Order: sequence, then C-alpha cells, then structure tokens
Amino acid sequence: MRLSFKNNLTMNCRSELLEVTVEARQVEESILSLLHTILLHRSTGKFHYKKEGTYSIGTVGTVDIDCDYIDFTFVKISSEELDRVIKKAVVEFKDALNISGSDGIGQISLEFYQKKKSRWPFSDECIPWEVWNIKVNVVNLANEQERQICREKVGEKLCEKVINIVEVINRHDYVPKMPTQSEVDNVFDTSLREVQPYLHKITYQITDSLGTSVSTTMRRLIKDTLAL
Amino acid sequence: MDSDLSTQDKKDLDKFIKFFALKTVQVIVQARLGEKICTRSSPSPTGSDWFNLAIKDIPEVTHEAKKILAGQLPGIGHSMCVEISLKTSEGDSMELETWCLEINEKCDKDIKVSYTVYDRLSVLLKSLLAVTRVTPAYKLSRKQGHDYVILYRIYFGEVQMRGLGEGFQTVRVGVVGTPVGTVTLSCAYRTNLALMSNRQFERSAPIMGIIVDHFVDPPCGSQRPANMGQPCNYRYPVHKATDDDDGEAFAGVQDSQEVCTTSFSTSPPSQCFCTLSPSPSKLSKALPLDNPQFPLVPGLVTHPAQSIYTEFAKDDSCICSPFCLHMQLLSYQPAVLAGTPELCHTAANPSQTLHAGKEDGVLHPAQPYHGTEAHLTVEHMPNIPGSRGEGRRSTSPSDLVETLNALTRKVGAFVNKPNARLSATMDLPFAAFAPRGLDSEDNDPMVHPPDSPSCMSPLQASLHSQGSDGSGQQDDFVMVDFRPAFSKDDLLPMDLGTFYREFQNPPQLGSVSLHISSQSMADDLVDSLPEKLAIYERNIDEFDAFVDMLQ
Repeated sequence: MRLSFKNNLTMNCRSELLEVTVEARQVEESILSLLHTILLHRSTGKFHYKKEGTYSIGTVGTVDIDCDYIDFTFVKISSEELDRVIKKAVVEFKDALNISGSDGIGQISLEFYQKKKSRWPFSDECIPWEVWNIKVNVVNLANEQERQICREKVGEKLCEKVINIVEVINRHDYVPKMPTQSEVDNVFDTSLREVQPYLHKITYQITDSLGTSVSTTMRRLIKDTLAL
Repeated sequence: MDSDLSTQDKKDLDKFIKFFALKTVQVIVQARLGEKICTRSSPSPTGSDWFNLAIKDIPEVTHEAKKILAGQLPGIGHSMCVEISLKTSEGDSMELETWCLEINEKCDKDIKVSYTVYDRLSVLLKSLLAVTRVTPAYKLSRKQGHDYVILYRIYFGEVQMRGLGEGFQTVRVGVVGTPVGTVTLSCAYRTNLALMSNRQFERSAPIMGIIVDHFVDPPCGSQRPANMGQPCNYRYPVHKATDDDDGEAFAGVQDSQEVCTTSFSTSPPSQCFCTLSPSPSKLSKALPLDNPQFPLVPGLVTHPAQSIYTEFAKDDSCICSPFCLHMQLLSYQPAVLAGTPELCHTAANPSQTLHAGKEDGVLHPAQPYHGTEAHLTVEHMPNIPGSRGEGRRSTSPSDLVETLNALTRKVGAFVNKPNARLSATMDLPFAAFAPRGLDSEDNDPMVHPPDSPSCMSPLQASLHSQGSDGSGQQDDFVMVDFRPAFSKDDLLPMDLGTFYREFQNPPQLGSVSLHISSQSMADDLVDSLPEKLAIYERNIDEFDAFVDMLQ
C-alpha cells in the first residue's frame, strides 16, 4: 500500500492514499470494505444533550460482512441508512469505471470536513480535516485460476489496508472537538437515525486507459473550443 | 504523577481500564467463535454498553477474565494476554496468536479522562473489532469444525510468544495515552501454520509415504447428519454457569444439527469449558442470559470440569481426522491362517494402536517391496479402503514401517481377494498362475513345481526373495514360477539355455564327408571306363540306327 501523508498547514487537513488493484467484479466490495472500516472509526452513537451542557451517546452496533468475490471479511457499522448512502456512491463510481473502459483507473475519495459558519451572504465553509483517497486499478484476468489467485491476493491486500487504516486512526491526530448542541450539525451528520458519523462526502474521479482524467479531457476540449 | 490526578479521575480511569480489558477479551474471543457477529445500533443510550459499542458479553468469558484479573488491573509490567490456539481432534495443538494489553510508563498528564480517554478507548475497541478479522486466525476460526477447534487462554504477566513459532508477525492495534500510562493493545500472530505434531514417536519410525484414501469414510462419519456443519454429538448433562452455580442441569445437546462445536479451554489448572449450544428456543430451559439482545450468538451452557477431548477419546464415535484414519490402517493386519479377522481397537487414541504388543500371524514382508515380483501376503490382504478396523493390533514398532509398506501396497493382478480361493480348475484366464491358499502350499505346483530341473534358471533364481534371514523367510513367501504365456515344456523338458547349449554343435551329416569318399569314386570311374567303351563300340550300329530314327 502506498501511504502518503500531506500536512496542509493552512487547512490542517491530512490526506491518506490507499491503492488497490482488483478485478472488475471486486471493485464494489473492496471499496465498501475500506470505506466502512474508516467510517467505523469515524462514527459515534447519537448524541443526546441534557441540561448543563452534558450529553449521552447512543450505542453503535457492528456487523461482519463476508465478501462474495474476495476472501475477506470486514466490520461495518450497523446502520441501514448509512449503508444505502455509501453503497449508492460506490455503485456510481463502479458504473463510471465500467463505462470508462476495461483498463480504467479511478479514484474515490472520502472526505471528512466540518462546517464553519459564515456571515450572510456568504455560505458556510466546508473545511476538510481528513481525506482518504482510494485509487482503484482494474485488471482483466484470463482464466478462472487467475481469478482464484486474485481473490486470495486481494483479500490479503485488504487486510494490510485495514491495518494501515487502524494505524492512522490511532495516531489520534486532529479530530474536531466535541461540539455543543448548537454546533453539532457543523461536525456530525445528524441526519441518520441510529448513528452519527462525522460530516463527510464522497467524490470520485475516473481516468481512462489513456491516462487522462475526464476532467482533464473536458478542460482540454473547452480550451480548444475557445482557441478557435 | 498520580498526585495530579483527582480522585474521581483516578477512580474513573481505573474503571475504564478494567472494563476495557474485559471488553477486549470479549471482542477477541467472540471473533474466534467461528461465526459472524451482528449487533444492533441503538440511538438511545442503554447505560450498559461500555464505550458506546454494542459488545455483548459471554458470561463465561467474563467470569474467566475476572478470575484471571483477580481484582488487579493491567499495569506497568503486568500485561493481560489472550492466547488463541488451535487444537485438532487428535490432540495436537498450536498457538495461533497472542493479544496483549499492556500499560507502559509514558503518561499523558494533559489528557482528559472523562471523555478523551474514554473516546479513544472506544476507538481502540473499534480498531480491535476490525483487526481481529484480518489476522490469519480469523479464517481458521471460521472453518473450525470436526477437524479442529479454536481455544483461548487468558493469563496475566509477561507475554509468551515462544509458541508462535519462527517468523511471527506483530501488529499494533493502537495506543491511548492516559495520565497513569499509555495503554497499548497489540497482537502477535503466527505466520507458519504448519502443524507440528506433539505426538511422541520415539518408539516407532516416522510414518512416511502414507497413502491417503480420500474416499474412505471416517469411522464415525456415517453417524453425523449430512447437513451438520460443526458436529458435536456429546451426550452428557450440561450445567449452566451462573455466579450462584446452583448446578442446575440443562437438557443435554443431543443430535442437534445446529450445535456449534466451538469449545474453549481456559487456562490451567481449571478445565471449565464453554460450549455454544443452539439458540435458547431450542432448549427446554432458558439459558442464563441476562441480556436478551444476543441474537446471533447461540446460547451458552457449560459442562462440568471435564475435557471434551477426553470424551472424544473414550467415545468410539469420535470424529477422526484422516491422520487418525492412518493410525487405523497401521493397526490393520491381514487375517491369520485359520482365524477370522479380529476387530481392531478403534483408533481413538492412536498412540495405543502404535504401541500394542506383539501378536502372531503377522504376514508382512521382511524386505522392501519389489514391484510385481513379490505378491507376498496379498492373498489375505483385503482391500485396504474398505477395511475399517479389521485385523489385529500391530506388532512390534520395529515392524510397523514394514507393515505399513505392505498395507499401502496395491493389490496386484491375479491376486485373491480375502477368503476367496481360486483353483486351477476355475475357468479363469491364467488361473494356473493364481496363488493358492496357504494351507495347500505343499501341493501347490506353483510353490513346489514337479520335476524341477536340477539346474535352476537364472531367471528363476532372481525371483527368490533375498531376505536377510535367508531360507528362514521362505515360508513367508509364495514363490511364483515365472513362465511365459502359452509355453509348454512337455515335449522338451529343458529350458532355453539348455536347449541352446545342446544344439549349438550338431553332428555332421554322413553324406557331407567329401574328403574321404571323393577319391574312391574317381578311382572306380577310371577303372570302369574301358569296359564301358568296349560295350559301346560293339553296339555302335544300334546307336546309329537310333540316331537315324530320331532324325
């Protein structure tokens, strides 16, 4: 695994890169396993504020998930709402990756941020404090034997990735401090019923077989159009 | 150090560390149950879920952990360790991993106990949940069943990693700084998963080259339902484990198809076992579970202080691994001459089979096998795959290897099946070459051919067994007189070599002796010529008339 650490002093945001090489049918499960492992550590129970500034926290349940196409089991938070949100984003990424071509390279990012209230007319500012980039290389395999080997190898690689995630998490670097009741929505996603993850968003970027990203291609097209 | 910590914070911190240790043990043990864990999130705090995580407690595990802790906490120099090991049905065991919770001297005085330490301990528990699924022991635990089970042992003190073998890997789950020290949770796991047998083989040679017949049913395989994943057919009363320990017996688990065979042994000298039984609804009595939210983990019963594996050894219906089956093959011997095969002792304890005393009627070669030449005792060698426990116990250990070699040899062609005797009168191809029964060995022309030539052919001589004991081993062998197919030696009672020597120099023909008779013929011819010429001249007119007639 390639783990790069970038300390952005101005934004206090750290960036971690996880790279996996998988078969097309393994894309969804491999990304879900990593995202859920990260969210497991970046989620708490629901806050229940009481008087005098105290609060209590709900209970987070966990579920073991066996992958179908990978020899791997991961733990995720027991929350159907969160599952739907994550899966929707991953499926979109997977479909975009499939459309781009068989040798596509893509990157899906999980960004944790906190909102900073701004005065009117300015909108609230989203300040990322931790970004996890998962770079996916899709390969095609020729026969079933290679697929079986790939199944085991990808499982081993994901085990390493989980350990690396745990190492990063347990450095106990910057995380937003516990907010008051009025600021809880600036730090946590309180829209879910059972759990309360840190505010986060998922974005992705697809690179086609030529090594150019879609955004780069669009930029070039616009430039060429303007040059005419 | 401690003087900066308020009494309340110290009290809270001790409580946090204590329950963290207990929850750590629960997470590790539950991750090795062999089943997937599923707990529900609760938006409202229950008040009983430490670190805001839904980790259900197995009472026996908690009881054992508390007993080991004995009121003390993991501290500097006093680590709490959870050892996970694997134990096969034959009794071989292997340590897989050791989880260690320790506290070092590095303190973080500025950290807040009430929430920061608590929150970080919660994160550390989540990390433990994730890491317990990625170590090699997890996959092994998911596959545990009748071949092996996963055990745990909790101990206090210095970490013991010698049992993990060479090249073990370590992974640090995480650290949490506290005002009294840094809590560190780590795991050392074995990378070499080759099972080293602890069986004592001093008295017998190592068994090599065992042919594994994968299609042989295990001795007790037929007793298990086909759909039973992890059989555990023990049938003895179980006792619930409560703090009161009233000894109330639960209904025993009998022929349940959902019984999990996961069994755990605790650290010695205690032999209290915890076995997971089917869900409470399937038992006649309620199980002592205070927390109803224990959905996916079956109910719990405990057994009296008795080793489950001891029970397996005593029970003939033990579940034997292929290795155990090999021990049964080793114990097998061909039937004696006149007796029926005796039942072999079930190889519940293979060591017993290996070291049985000598007995008669051992029909095994004293020399290595030589291809098709020596059929040896095949006439009483039954089909090994079909045999289960027939035969006698093995003889002295020094012959075990030879016996095994014999047992593992394939039955050659034209060899009798057990108790089946062929005679030359049977209408079978090459029936004359079929071995005879031992009781008719004296009359067996194959063994004692009639009118055997005085000069033994080299080919025949090479077929005789060359045992180290010489002729003393003759009775152990059936000599097969090699004859080419369709050959008959009635007209010419000699072998090829004799024939060649005899007819190598044939006698000369009488008419071919020219140097003696040729001279006499010439002399006779010269002497008779004048007379013949005189005769021809007197009859010349007749000859002329004959010639004129031809013209």
